[in-house]
Amino acid sequence: MKETRTIKAYVYKGFERFWHWMQSFLILFLALTGFEIHGSYGLMGFESAVDLHNKAAWAFLVLIVFAIFWHLTTGEWKQYLPTTQNLRAQAEFYIFGIFRNAPHPTKKTLISKLNPLQRLVYLGLKILVIPVMVISGFFYMFYRYPQASTIRSANIQNLETIALLHTLGAFLLIAFVIVHLYLITTGHTITSNLKAMITGWEELEVDADAENQKSQKHEEVKDEIK
Amino acid sequence: MGNLKTILTFALVVLLPLVIITIALREDKTENRVLLNLQKEYPVHHQSGTDHAAMEILQQDFDNPHEITAACLSCHTERGKEVMQSAHWNWEREAYIPGRGVTYLGKKNLINNFCTGIFSNEASCNRCHIGYGWKDKTFDFANQFNIDCLVCHDNSGTYEKARGQAGYPVMGEDGPDFKPILASVGRPKRENCGSCHFHGGGGNNVKHGDLEMALLTAGRDVDVHMGVDGMNMACVDCHSATNHKMKGRYYGTSSENTQRAECTDCHTAMPHTNNKLNEHTIKVACQTCHIPVYAKVNSTKMSWDWSTATRLRDGKPYVDLDSLGNELYTSIKGSFGWHRMVTPEYTWFNGTADHHLLTDKVDESNLPLKINTLNGSYSDPDSKIHPMKVHRGRQPYDTELHNLIQAKLWDREANMGALWLDLNWERALEEGMEYAGLPYSGNYDFIQTEMLLPVNHMVSPANEALSCADCHTREGGRLQHLNDFYMPGRDYNATLDTLGKYLIILSIIGVLVHGAVRFVAARRNA
Repeated sequence: MKETRTIKAYVYKGFERFWHWMQSFLILFLALTGFEIHGSYGLMGFESAVDLHNKAAWAFLVLIVFAIFWHLTTGEWKQYLPTTQNLRAQAEFYIFGIFRNAPHPTKKTLISKLNPLQRLVYLGLKILVIPVMVISGFFYMFYRYPQASTIRSANIQNLETIALLHTLGAFLLIAFVIVHLYLITTGHTITSNLKAMITGWEELEVDADAENQKSQKHEEVKDEIK
Repeated sequence: MGNLKTILTFALVVLLPLVIITIALREDKTENRVLLNLQKEYPVHHQSGTDHAAMEILQQDFDNPHEITAACLSCHTERGKEVMQSAHWNWEREAYIPGRGVTYLGKKNLINNFCTGIFSNEASCNRCHIGYGWKDKTFDFANQFNIDCLVCHDNSGTYEKARGQAGYPVMGEDGPDFKPILASVGRPKRENCGSCHFHGGGGNNVKHGDLEMALLTAGRDVDVHMGVDGMNMACVDCHSATNHKMKGRYYGTSSENTQRAECTDCHTAMPHTNNKLNEHTIKVACQTCHIPVYAKVNSTKMSWDWSTATRLRDGKPYVDLDSLGNELYTSIKGSFGWHRMVTPEYTWFNGTADHHLLTDKVDESNLPLKINTLNGSYSDPDSKIHPMKVHRGRQPYDTELHNLIQAKLWDREANMGALWLDLNWERALEEGMEYAGLPYSGNYDFIQTEMLLPVNHMVSPANEALSCADCHTREGGRLQHLNDFYMPGRDYNATLDTLGKYLIILSIIGVLVHGAVRFVAARRNA
């Protein structure tokens, strides 16, 4: 085993954390109001649910626009590039290694914060689930019934396909949230991931070999923050 | 420094959602300009430009109503021709019906499932014709002096057509005092229209359910337009007329999507300040939400079973009443069902209709027979969801020739074959069909029929309109039987929902089991 050393690094920037927590709040709020619209339960009444769902949807959209801008300008979008390297090892870690106190197969670094499984899942959310939700949500909002005489935003014959896609996306997101909430406890310690997403700081393990080079970069970052 | 930033970020994360929620919950209080303008415009009531009490020609002592008409037409020279073009006069309209071609249908020749039809019963039914003397087929529709101007234009409230007199008032010494009537003439009031339209089907509120005597005195809670404590509007404020051609249609007799009186004529197609509601108007008629119940004051007839007619009690015809005084049974007409505060049924409707004619074949395998068919569906861009009164009947039909039968119901005297006097079905059916000039095999039975009457009146105040969840609900919503489209809150895909539920349950079980094993393993390793 290689010699390792832990260093404290500023992993999640201010906007990144704000985006993350806003997004989590909005997803939960959209799920709460959305499933009321779906008819799953009666909490605030259909009318309020629709109203709040629509407003939250717009808020989410604004957040998405800012998030896309941030990812593009900071280059952070590269974090989500999928890789097969360590993919199998990471899956095996969750199935076996984690119970034997085995080390994490993927080392978190500033240029690669996500393990290969996370990369895949988050990329799936970003390019599949969220776009499907946004697009079907837009159709839902601006759908104006078949060939309406004066308002013709979208001449769609039936809401069903749109509604079912939107429902499917909602189920996937809920399942994601459940698993995600659990997996944040699988970090270095039970709360280290949560703390990192709140404060931005996390203790990272670095190979002693690469330490010189990396720590230098960490110091730069620290300086920047100061 | 980093600490301050953390606090700031966290404040943002906690506060921003709260700010968003507050903004979201803040109600938009936009005033409804359209409504405000209408409320300014409509309390101004029409004033006549002429004092008819001062007209020399109206000072005569009239005893023949035709002469009154002649007096009217001597000044209003062109109005007679106009009236004779109207459906009020002809009791039929030219209409194109797909599959039938150009038709001339109306009360003159259609059959319904109330008193069924006018053939052979004209002298009684046609009390409500705007003419004098339509007692049989010989009536002269081309004679403008047969027009009864007074039934619509009397503003004294004392003019009345007599029972069984084919549209004439009581004649002779007991007749009305025409002087004050003629002095009063003017624009039709609710009482004028109501004298016939409130009594369709043979009694107050029998036929329509949303048109009845109570509208003369009721408040806004019953009808927001006509309420005497509100706008106090007259029928003709909405059912305006150009050259005696009234706007508005009744689809028990009408077939085409023209000349309708629409809410949007005044309220515009975007009447709400809330755009979600405005969007609904593309597929939902105003009446659907704004008339949550009809027959708000007196009961309306919901069913009519002719098959039980002609029964005797102690050898005599009889009448059974319910606690509200509604007839539950009469020997001359059969059994009835009555309801008050009725929730409408709903159907797609595009303004066109077809009718079951006396000459159409009955399909016994497809019952109840539809007396009128209102066209429409979700996929039809012209269709909207409309509230309906559905009147369910059982009425005579020919079991051999397979068509509905028009019975002779009324006559001046007994033993002329009129059901209401002789209580003899065989004879009444024979006489009725003979008069109509249609074949009758002599074999009859009773068949279930259904008639759709769109509900348009008794509009409730806005705060009593339906709310979202009245339709957008899983079970028991107002539109639960209208299933040709996907409606949020009501509809879902059972497979998708089941899979989704399992996905969530499995996720929870998965993380719990994984967590538990981790916990145990961690303790063992320690």
